[in-house]
Amino acid sequence: MLAVVVLPIIWAVSLAFQRVKLLNIRRTSVVGNYTLDNFSRVLQSEGFWETLWTTVVYTVGSTAGSLGLGLIAAMALRRPFRGRGAVRAVMLLPYITPVVAATFVWTVALDPQYGFVNAWGTSFLGWNEPIPFLSTERSELFGIPVPTALLTVIAFETWRYFPFAFLFLVARIQAIPGDLDEAARVDGASIWQRFRNVVWPQLLPVIALLTVLRFIFTFNKFDDVYLLTGGGAGTEVISVRVYEFLTARKDVGLAAAQAVVLAVVLIGLIIFYLRASSREQK
Amino acid sequence: MTTVVDAPAEAAAPPRPRRRRSTDEMVWGTLRALTIAFLVLITVVPFWYMVMLSFRPIQDVLLDPGRLWVTFTEASLGAYREVLRSGDDGGQGFLVFLRNSAVVALITTGVTLLAAVPGAYAVSRLRFKGRKVISGLFLVVYLFPPMVLAIPLFVLFTRIGLRGSLFGLALVYVAQTVPVAIFMLRNYFETIPESLEEAGLIDGLTHFGVLRRISLPLALPSVTATALYVFMIAWNEFLFALLFLLEQPSRWTVSLGLSRLAGSVEVPSTVLMAGSVVLTVPIVVLFFIAERQLVEGLTAGGEKG
Repeated sequence: MLAVVVLPIIWAVSLAFQRVKLLNIRRTSVVGNYTLDNFSRVLQSEGFWETLWTTVVYTVGSTAGSLGLGLIAAMALRRPFRGRGAVRAVMLLPYITPVVAATFVWTVALDPQYGFVNAWGTSFLGWNEPIPFLSTERSELFGIPVPTALLTVIAFETWRYFPFAFLFLVARIQAIPGDLDEAARVDGASIWQRFRNVVWPQLLPVIALLTVLRFIFTFNKFDDVYLLTGGGAGTEVISVRVYEFLTARKDVGLAAAQAVVLAVVLIGLIIFYLRASSREQK
Repeated sequence: MTTVVDAPAEAAAPPRPRRRRSTDEMVWGTLRALTIAFLVLITVVPFWYMVMLSFRPIQDVLLDPGRLWVTFTEASLGAYREVLRSGDDGGQGFLVFLRNSAVVALITTGVTLLAAVPGAYAVSRLRFKGRKVISGLFLVVYLFPPMVLAIPLFVLFTRIGLRGSLFGLALVYVAQTVPVAIFMLRNYFETIPESLEEAGLIDGLTHFGVLRRISLPLALPSVTATALYVFMIAWNEFLFALLFLLEQPSRWTVSLGLSRLAGSVEVPSTVLMAGSVVLTVPIVVLFFIAERQLVEGLTAGGEKG
């Protein structure tokens, strides 16, 4: 593990400080000419800040969406009913499905030409024309401009990862002692009050943990965006950009510098979050 | 739905007079039923759509894209034939990709378990300095963007000639799955009473003997779940397969092969869907075999909060 995980991280950082292209890769070594050049090129490169902002919006939206839907699902399935086991198993499908298959179903379903969503939208919902969800950067909804493709990608992430939040929340909910809830019920507390004052405080630690986890995972995510839009239509996140630097431009040093910036921003945001949440608890 | 079913049953129970359902309960009960229906819909429809499209000829889909069922007259296996047939016969050669994926996933699962079982056991049982720190460190690995790992590995593998080999890919997967495997297994080992193992030690077993004859058989369900989870990660993985195998079409995994199909214009979406079904079915089957253990293994420790 040391060899395949820790060393590469150190190496990646060192590559970020060197001038390395894929062509001269065989000649470079760990000790080379170190320079800050790559970083200044990353920070000045066209669209860097835009990409960073897109990544943050994408991450916050997807984290909030998947946690919200996961919480709703966990509450809805709290009490037993006939077929609950089956519903629970089915709900995990988006999470276990290979990402390539999941993105393709969405791509095909949303396709303006042969996807069912647009077919239904135009015939039942009164859409004037099919909407190319994954390739429209901006469109207007009731006069408000919305980033269509970015929202679609966030919806996909919400759909794909709500089972993850759901699993952990269900495990926690089932561990809540039933007498507390029962006592609140006898005292005449409404269902909403019981959720707000009995269940919610118990869930808070898990929700905080899940927020951090999902935030990290989404921030680093590459495959989902790459497969859905290829980073086009205003959905270019940092990891897709790193991939472009590495493969299209074959600039290893620049890609490594960009990846290190990604990691640094992430660590910064996590520290900020942990500080803020610990202050809130006091 | 359930509230509708439950209500008469409650009313029919004669001896205890039941409290009448308040409006509060009715509103939330209805909302709950609607929510469950909605959740089932959004999870089932995409998969239904995938399977359904894979059986329809593309011309029919273009004529009537909104229809979500297959008629008997139009159902065909043409898309599957194209996907599975080898490249020489004008197909997409998914049989080879399936074999590649299986090889990579099996090597990954095997090696990961070989490393993770003793590792998890050590973390849960043996007292050594920095034990707490070590078990925390396992998860730190996941904080780092896979992209950061990918670049040096890409460089390294290019140099030593492992790029483009299935074994090299499996090696990367092992490094990614060992931490989570140790985490899952450790939680389970900790539930096995130590007195049981001490009894084995007193009876003259070595630490390794205790692990093999006592702990491992007890932990078997958890080991199965972990194995399945690791298999799933390796089977589903896309980024490293893309980076390492792209130039070697004969070594593509199913995920990679499928993603490459989408790039070409001539491939109809029904074929894409057939490929997606081929990619998804093994995982879904494995998942339903071991759903319970998998869910428990993943969330163990989560309820402690």
